[in-house]
Amino acid sequence: MHLDHHHDTPAALSADAHRPDGTRRALRIGLGGPVGSGKTATVAALCRALRDELSLAVVTNDIYTREDAEFLLREAVLPPERITAVETGACPHTAIRDDISANLEAVEDLEDEVGPLDLILVESGGDNLTATFSKGLVDAQIFVIDVAGGDDIPRKGGPGVTTADLLIVNKTDLAPYVGSDLARMAADAKAQRAELPVVLQSLRSEAGVTDVADWVRAQLAAWTP
Amino acid sequence: MSRAALLVLADGRFPAGGHAHSGGAEAAVKAGRITGADSLESFCRGRLHTAGLVSSALAASAVLGVDPRLLDEAADARTPSPALRTAARKLGRQLMRAARASWPSTELDALAREFPKGAHQPVVLGLAARAAGLEAVDAAYCAAYESVSGPSSATVRLLSLDPFDATGVLARLSPELDRIADRALEAARRVADEGVDALPSASAPLLEIGAEAHAAWPVRLFAS
Ligand SMILES: Nc1nc2c(ncn2[C@@H]2O[C@H](COP(=O)(O)OP(=O)(O)OP(=O)(O)O)[C@@H](O)[C@H]2O)c(=O)[nH]1
Ligand SMILES: [Mg+2]
Repeated sequence: MHLDHHHDTPAALSADAHRPDGTRRALRIGLGGPVGSGKTATVAALCRALRDELSLAVVTNDIYTREDAEFLLREAVLPPERITAVETGACPHTAIRDDISANLEAVEDLEDEVGPLDLILVESGGDNLTATFSKGLVDAQIFVIDVAGGDDIPRKGGPGVTTADLLIVNKTDLAPYVGSDLARMAADAKAQRAELPVVLQSLRSEAGVTDVADWVRAQLAAWTP
Repeated sequence: MSRAALLVLADGRFPAGGHAHSGGAEAAVKAGRITGADSLESFCRGRLHTAGLVSSALAASAVLGVDPRLLDEAADARTPSPALRTAARKLGRQLMRAARASWPSTELDALAREFPKGAHQPVVLGLAARAAGLEAVDAAYCAAYESVSGPSSATVRLLSLDPFDATGVLARLSPELDRIADRALEAARRVADEGVDALPSASAPLLEIGAEAHAAWPVRLFAS
């Protein structure tokens, strides 16, 4: 919707690429995936990797606590005013897909209060394999699974695994301990996703979040006119 | 006008942020005041006759063309708890977005400009109904219904209550919803002559106190 591009008009509606003052808004990237797969750890690593080159902010969607936001604050990955927690009423997928109003409000307030911003990362509460972000909320989405959740998850597919713009298979360092077959996970993911990219990563390794940070930079280059 | 627009506006899936709010049910469950279908019904009846009546009259007045700024002040005056005022404005802001996308209107645009952080939800609801071509009675019904449907669906999640029992509660309250909507409409018509003091000011102290306590919990499922 492109209703408001003038400074005297009220707040924009969802996916509008411009802010009410006519400037281009920040790129919004969503991170979803099952509970404990490493979404917050990936967000924290991305903030550390990108904060010196980009103006960043984060929205977390905790299910019943403020733990993700508090973790990011404790780790001091960004100044506190750049981190906002949204409450989701026991339904994390509703807040990122069916009724995105609270999240839209959070991203708009961040742009108003600490902007201009280049990038806003929106972390979903841990959910099931069907949870995806609305296109009205984010411009691209990352689905994070881990090797410890079972190496048959890529084969099972589901909207997150098959349609996300980037699939991360996290915690590869744990594969030997949980008996997960990384080659098979990679092959299954490839079969489900055709040309869409997959990154296998361990945040405990030296390379850490490098590949994903490069992917984010490429998204940003494509977004910025 | 299309009466069917009322179904769109009153639909629990209308994306206006309500799903993250329990209407006080989470605090009441924790305090042991809602434990099953019977106590949910009592809770909803209490909310309908207090906060529900006030919301319903505010929404109907907005449809009748009463100045939304006066209605917003009247809503503040009728909401002692700061946490509830914050929640009502948050929900108003979220409803505003969905309403402007659904029924574009210069009146809604003007209200959004005047209250960038949100006006009280029932006031926005009334103007949304107006933009949709609905009548005051429609907005009165919608606000009254929301005052009980929110706590009911939240309680299904909080207590794993049988969803058929929760729906039965709403069905049993229907005749009372009719009466509340009637009273709200009557009050709203008087506001045109007598000013906003003619609005009902029924209050539920436990809802206000519960909301303040709830806002301070470190761990909770719902935003209010
Ligand atoms: N071994 C190992 N542990 C990891 C890795 N990434 C994250 N973890 C750990 O996994 C646990 C869960 O990580 P989080 O980032 O909190 O997971 P999440 O997906 O945000 O979890 P929810 O928000 O609760 O759904 C934490 O103890 C992390 O330190 C990794 O690459 N390797
Ligand atoms: Mg997390």
